[in-house]
Amino acid sequence: MNSLLTPLMEPRSVTGEIARPERFFEDRFGLTSSRLERLLGSALVGRVEDADLFLEYRINEELVLEEGAVKKASRHVSQGAGVRAQSGERTGYAHTDEVTLSSLEEAARQARAIADRASTAAIVPVKTDRRPHDLYSIPLSPVAADLSKKTELLHRVDAAARAADSRVCQVIASILSEEQVILIATASGWSVGDVRPLTRLNITVIAETEGRREIGTYGGGGRVPFDFFLEEERWKRFTAMATNQALLKLRAIDAPAGTLTVVLGPGWPGILLHEAVGHGLEGDFNRKKVSAFSGRIGERVASPLVTVVDDGTLPNRRGSLNVDDEGTPTGRNVLIEKGVLRGYMQDRLNARLMGMAPTGNGRRESFAYPPMPRMTNTFMLAGQDDPEEIIRSVPYGLYAVAFGGGQVDITNGKFVFSASEAYLIEDGKLTAPVKGATLVGNGPEVLKRVSRVGHDLRLDEGVGTCGKDGQSIPVGVGLPTIRVDGITVGGTQV
Amino acid sequence: MRDLLSGLLQRARERGASQADAYLADEQHSSVQVRLRKVETVTHAREQRLALRVFVGKASASVSTSDLSHQSVDGLVDEAVALARLTAPDPVAGLPDPGEFASTIPDLDLEDSDGHRLTPEEKIAIAQRAEAAALDADPRVTNSEGAEFFERHAHYAYATSEGFFAAYPTSGFSLTVSPVASSNGEMQRDSWYTTARKRQRLDPPEEVGRIAARRALRRLGARTVKTAEVPVIFDPETAASLLRSLAGAASGPGLYRGTSFLLKRLGTRIASPAVTVVDDGTIPGAVGSRPFDGEGLVIRKTVVVNGGTLDSYLLDTYSGRKLGLPSTHHASRDGSGVSVSTTNLYLAAGETPPADLIGSVKSGLYVTELIGFGVNMVTGDYSRGAVGLWIENGELSYPVEEVTVAGNLLTMFQAVDGIGNDLVMRDRTSAPTVRISRMVVAGE
Repeated sequence: MNSLLTPLMEPRSVTGEIARPERFFEDRFGLTSSRLERLLGSALVGRVEDADLFLEYRINEELVLEEGAVKKASRHVSQGAGVRAQSGERTGYAHTDEVTLSSLEEAARQARAIADRASTAAIVPVKTDRRPHDLYSIPLSPVAADLSKKTELLHRVDAAARAADSRVCQVIASILSEEQVILIATASGWSVGDVRPLTRLNITVIAETEGRREIGTYGGGGRVPFDFFLEEERWKRFTAMATNQALLKLRAIDAPAGTLTVVLGPGWPGILLHEAVGHGLEGDFNRKKVSAFSGRIGERVASPLVTVVDDGTLPNRRGSLNVDDEGTPTGRNVLIEKGVLRGYMQDRLNARLMGMAPTGNGRRESFAYPPMPRMTNTFMLAGQDDPEEIIRSVPYGLYAVAFGGGQVDITNGKFVFSASEAYLIEDGKLTAPVKGATLVGNGPEVLKRVSRVGHDLRLDEGVGTCGKDGQSIPVGVGLPTIRVDGITVGGTQV
Repeated sequence: MRDLLSGLLQRARERGASQADAYLADEQHSSVQVRLRKVETVTHAREQRLALRVFVGKASASVSTSDLSHQSVDGLVDEAVALARLTAPDPVAGLPDPGEFASTIPDLDLEDSDGHRLTPEEKIAIAQRAEAAALDADPRVTNSEGAEFFERHAHYAYATSEGFFAAYPTSGFSLTVSPVASSNGEMQRDSWYTTARKRQRLDPPEEVGRIAARRALRRLGARTVKTAEVPVIFDPETAASLLRSLAGAASGPGLYRGTSFLLKRLGTRIASPAVTVVDDGTIPGAVGSRPFDGEGLVIRKTVVVNGGTLDSYLLDTYSGRKLGLPSTHHASRDGSGVSVSTTNLYLAAGETPPADLIGSVKSGLYVTELIGFGVNMVTGDYSRGAVGLWIENGELSYPVEEVTVAGNLLTMFQAVDGIGNDLVMRDRTSAPTVRISRMVVAGE
């Protein structure tokens, strides 16, 4: 290892002390940089084309209020290391939760045995000229914040939701806090660390009237301190949103079935982009040519009004990273520019095999998994239109503002996402709230039908978790108000 | 294992816990992935997790760690007790009553006793055979997302501060193939898999590959359909997903929180008389079996729905006490605490051959895949993306995609008017083919 890059900030660790990842792993496990260098050097260099070591220490904490009381509190510590060796398209990955030099050497031996078959290839450095960012140095990690302040907030959420309406019969609120300390060392001779805070407040409200029950959910967070929820009384807004959604759904009518004009509200409805185009533009699917977008760079895949970016560099956002999980600094990557497909999201392996540059999208759930190309914060840039006017332009359709999850079939491009709060549009006016319905479409086609783009780009509040191949990671999405001329709405009213 | 857990529980007592239980998982797993006949990724891992739940009076907390060093384990106890002092007392919190613990631990034959552990080369060869069978099945199978062979060996141990201790070993194997078929610029993927506690019980690799290829090929030429209310037939895989939703709604936590559409429906008709749903954790060698539940209670067979009537919820000790019912011994344990889960859940087979169910439909949808999250567990409202084949005059006629199927789970289970005789216990949740008399299929 020739040099140690350190993060620009001096983050406060969970112990309240100033700690850098390099020092953290050295102090805690005796893994000095020279030991790591020897491990990667002797075990791997000269035998494989790329190799790296990922060290992780993570604390997760969860407090849950239900039935008016904080009855659940849990705290989990995970630590471990993953060693990866690559040769051509072949990857060997070994991981262990025993962070000792001998178990790392064993993991490295196994990773090499896996990857090392014929080649005597030299390490191929995958170059980047980007510098690590400093996107979330915060005064106090959310896992270190006072537990009594957290339980007090949960009680305030509960009281506010119940006070809002007598039909509120149950409130479930939780605060999840996390701190992940990582160190990545690569065989091409450099290492980089990161300390990543993450927190989220989730609120679920159940309302009941005349035997009908409904659920409203809302929440938010990011790579922010606990006090984020108290700023601008953010928690009050989250609580009101969840409560109102539950009450509104109590009087929702059945959703229509069939192909309709759909207006998507700003923010979280950006899940459309995540499903319809995001996954299909991840490098691994395109190297394998199994994506509906394979080989289509330069082609028109969306209306000229549509520009979509994936940006891991937004300060304090849930999907942001100073460096990805391979040590590559994140970036702002244009995926679709004025309707034309521009680029893929890459990790080091797929960038190398496709002869492209890594884009800072190599991510993994934990040390237990090898990295792969993943999204960070994916959103559409704002347009010119007035959001109110967009709704007024629709004679009959659906206005959807809140969504549950979505899913996509990468290969044929078909995606779904499920509305949890939506209204009918009749003669340009919002009328009845409608029950949840799944929307289904075709990724390479749906954005061609975007006919209006609002000037109100908003990012989601910070709740998204993306799953791929069994790995879950935090992500963000964003959208201005848009009008789509034709999406199939899976209601029950024929 | 025993010493580690009893030491931990002893320390929890010393630190002020009135009761505690602890759970240890020690796992080794490995996988190989091949793609287009070449090795792509090989992984190997060892993971351990030690979890502790403490009760301080009626307040509780859960902690866990993957660091089993002395220092860490001692810290774990202190942290758990400190967290518990922060939570509100809950009158029904606590371990099961002393008489409820399993007195004998059955040997359910959950571990592969074959002394030969496959080498990476042997696993690679199995995955290659499976993928090759898919690639060679038809010239239109032009690409692949690969084949994966996965192997897991684990030991689980559970102990309580009241002196219960039990442990058991398990193993698991699976093989999955995901081919891509293409024709006239259209690409379709699908996959097929086999999973078992013992390697010898896996389906032959070639069979898995051929079925995967057939599933991808039959999707070529898929189109959407006109929106209509029609009979819908769920194949065994998608019918199993309906059961998973039903089991979720029958699970204790959602019931006492009031977030389930099966609230207050115990003992009532919730499905057609043809529907009987069973959860049986006692089946020797089955993938969902376990000798005792996550709280040390003896495992058993539970009839959840009996001829259409909801006979039993799925409860752990806490949710049972909340509802004024005994635990049904469905507690499950992982690093993050106690939850409720099924074991081997299945819909009892009917008598009709699946071809006759399809033959009975003049115009309708045969569903082979569901995507998305469109199930509202509070109301049962159901709307999911679907893939399948259109049935015309009793025949599977052409592939369908970009449609949704929608209804409400309660009405859907009431409207089951045909159950196939083709139940195969392929996985933790299994079902035969199911016909639902009417649902809305949304398309054009």
